[in-house]
Amino acid sequence: MTAATEAFRHPAVRNRLTTRQLPKRAGLYTLIGAFILAAAVQGLTGFNWFALLALTCVFYLPAIYLLSRVKENRRKALDRLIRSLVTVAFLLALAPLISTLWTVVSKGLGILNWEFISTSGGAARINPDTLELVSSSGALQAIVGTLQITGLATLFSVPIGLLTAIYLVEYAQPAFWLRRTVNFLVDVMTGIPSIVAGLFAFSLFTLLLGPKAFSGLSAAVALSVLMIPTVVRSCEEMLRLVPADLREASYALGVTKYVTIVRIVIPTAIAGIATGVTLAIARVIGETAPIFMAASFTDSFNANPLSGPMQTLPVMAYTGYKFPGQNIDLSNSQAWGAALLLVLLVIVLNLVARIIAMIFAPKTSR
Amino acid sequence: MSKSNGVAKSISVKDLNVYYGEFLAVHDVSIDIAPRSVTAFIGPSGCGKSTLLRTLNRMHEVLPGAHVTGEVLVDGDDLYGAGVDPVTVRRQIGMVFQRPNPFPTMSIKENVLAGVRLNNRRISRSAADELVERSLRGANLWNEVKDRLDKPGQGLSGGQQQRLCIARAIAVEPQVLLMDEPCSALDPISTLAVEDLINELKDSYTVVIVTHNMQQAARVSDMTAFFNIAGSGKPGKLIEYAQTTTIFNNPAQKSTEDYVSGRFG
Repeated sequence: MTAATEAFRHPAVRNRLTTRQLPKRAGLYTLIGAFILAAAVQGLTGFNWFALLALTCVFYLPAIYLLSRVKENRRKALDRLIRSLVTVAFLLALAPLISTLWTVVSKGLGILNWEFISTSGGAARINPDTLELVSSSGALQAIVGTLQITGLATLFSVPIGLLTAIYLVEYAQPAFWLRRTVNFLVDVMTGIPSIVAGLFAFSLFTLLLGPKAFSGLSAAVALSVLMIPTVVRSCEEMLRLVPADLREASYALGVTKYVTIVRIVIPTAIAGIATGVTLAIARVIGETAPIFMAASFTDSFNANPLSGPMQTLPVMAYTGYKFPGQNIDLSNSQAWGAALLLVLLVIVLNLVARIIAMIFAPKTSR
Repeated sequence: MSKSNGVAKSISVKDLNVYYGEFLAVHDVSIDIAPRSVTAFIGPSGCGKSTLLRTLNRMHEVLPGAHVTGEVLVDGDDLYGAGVDPVTVRRQIGMVFQRPNPFPTMSIKENVLAGVRLNNRRISRSAADELVERSLRGANLWNEVKDRLDKPGQGLSGGQQQRLCIARAIAVEPQVLLMDEPCSALDPISTLAVEDLINELKDSYTVVIVTHNMQQAARVSDMTAFFNIAGSGKPGKLIEYAQTTTIFNNPAQKSTEDYVSGRFG
């Protein structure tokens, strides 16, 4: 029997492929140790959540590196160090998000009830029974205003944006001057500060209709200025993802270009387009400055986007804090309530985007 | 094939040059293709055989800057005459591509009917069902998919997808069927199924097939055209066009013999 077959039958007593390793839970124990150490230091200096976590990191990172360096090898030590750093960076990025959500929810939940959603605010009234001044706290006017203004903006931006994207992807030759111009302008529009969009709509409607031409329509125009470039870019990307194979297959059947685009290209890309549009809506629904300029603000109910000031949730949150009414506490909590409603609306929109993407996704199951 | 429109057409290419912008891709090709026959285009990569195939139904125009000089006559009608609409041309000259490309948003049935539906032709439900069955039977796919016609076309295997694409192409009853390396993405069993199919299609259609597989050319084709290229950047040329048996057993040109016998260089 040769040495080779011998080796197959009787594995080496000690596996020569192994290297020294820290015990399985070493990382966790080190972390707990660092935490306790940090807590102990806190005991001397006074307690602070942020400092506690920061100190834990400060103790943990060198500790795990040195441990691994001594017990394992350099590569693994570096791996553990970088992995921990990446995790810390992730937690750092997450912290403001969670903190914001927590603040909004904790401060807004108190006022959020059916009355808040279903009644509109307005001037304080006198309760005829008790002869007391009652101010209503509702946000209905802001909810209706937000939905109307964003809806109108979507109505303006999606056709323009989608058709522009179709032109760029399907029709324009790569070096054609119009295509380059459109591309350039879309890039410029992407960078327009939202206040400029608000000023644009405000001055446009002032020129057309005279002074104090506040309206929901004007705000919708301002929002479309912000939305169109986003819609163009996301639709363009999605249309480009449609394989050229499918267009060729369609042309080879004697199908015209227009029908190919409408019946093959767009249906194939519709999931991505719908997601892109929904995210663009979610992006502009929280705009404050342009709406504040173009639609002003109001506490009274106005469901006519063509004339008169309109309230939206972000503007309500802003004015509730900046220009509180008689009852300052009520105004402040109204602001938080509006903020919470806005966050909920954005979450719902994001969920809707996912559901749309799921429904329209090309079918591949057998 | 149970039914065809029975008007397979001949193709006559005269002094055809194909350009991509300034670049001459195919130089001075003249070739006559008989109706109801299978013609194979063989040759090394980049020799212009796919390009030439695409000029036979004006698919090359999808790329900006591609244009041709010369004539392509289909039963005497010039494809490149003034006022010829490429859409009309493609309704009569179908094409199957290298990679199976069923429409992902459509079911198997909708894929087969795509050519009819997308061209806005009205078709009754019973006529549609009959057309689906006839086309899928024509593509040797009916027995495999008849119980799941409403399932998505992309759920099929690669070979089945390619046969679905063939069914889709023959559902519009073209007079000529162009195939651009239809088996290069398929396994041997699917390849065999497609080759059997080509043999049957020959009874009703004029078939032109581009292939890299010389055994395949020898198996399926009546006539073979060998293309070659003098070097990179040079245009592709038609070297020899003859009966398939002649090309493989007794070619007139040295370079043809080198290529088909594997001594290429």
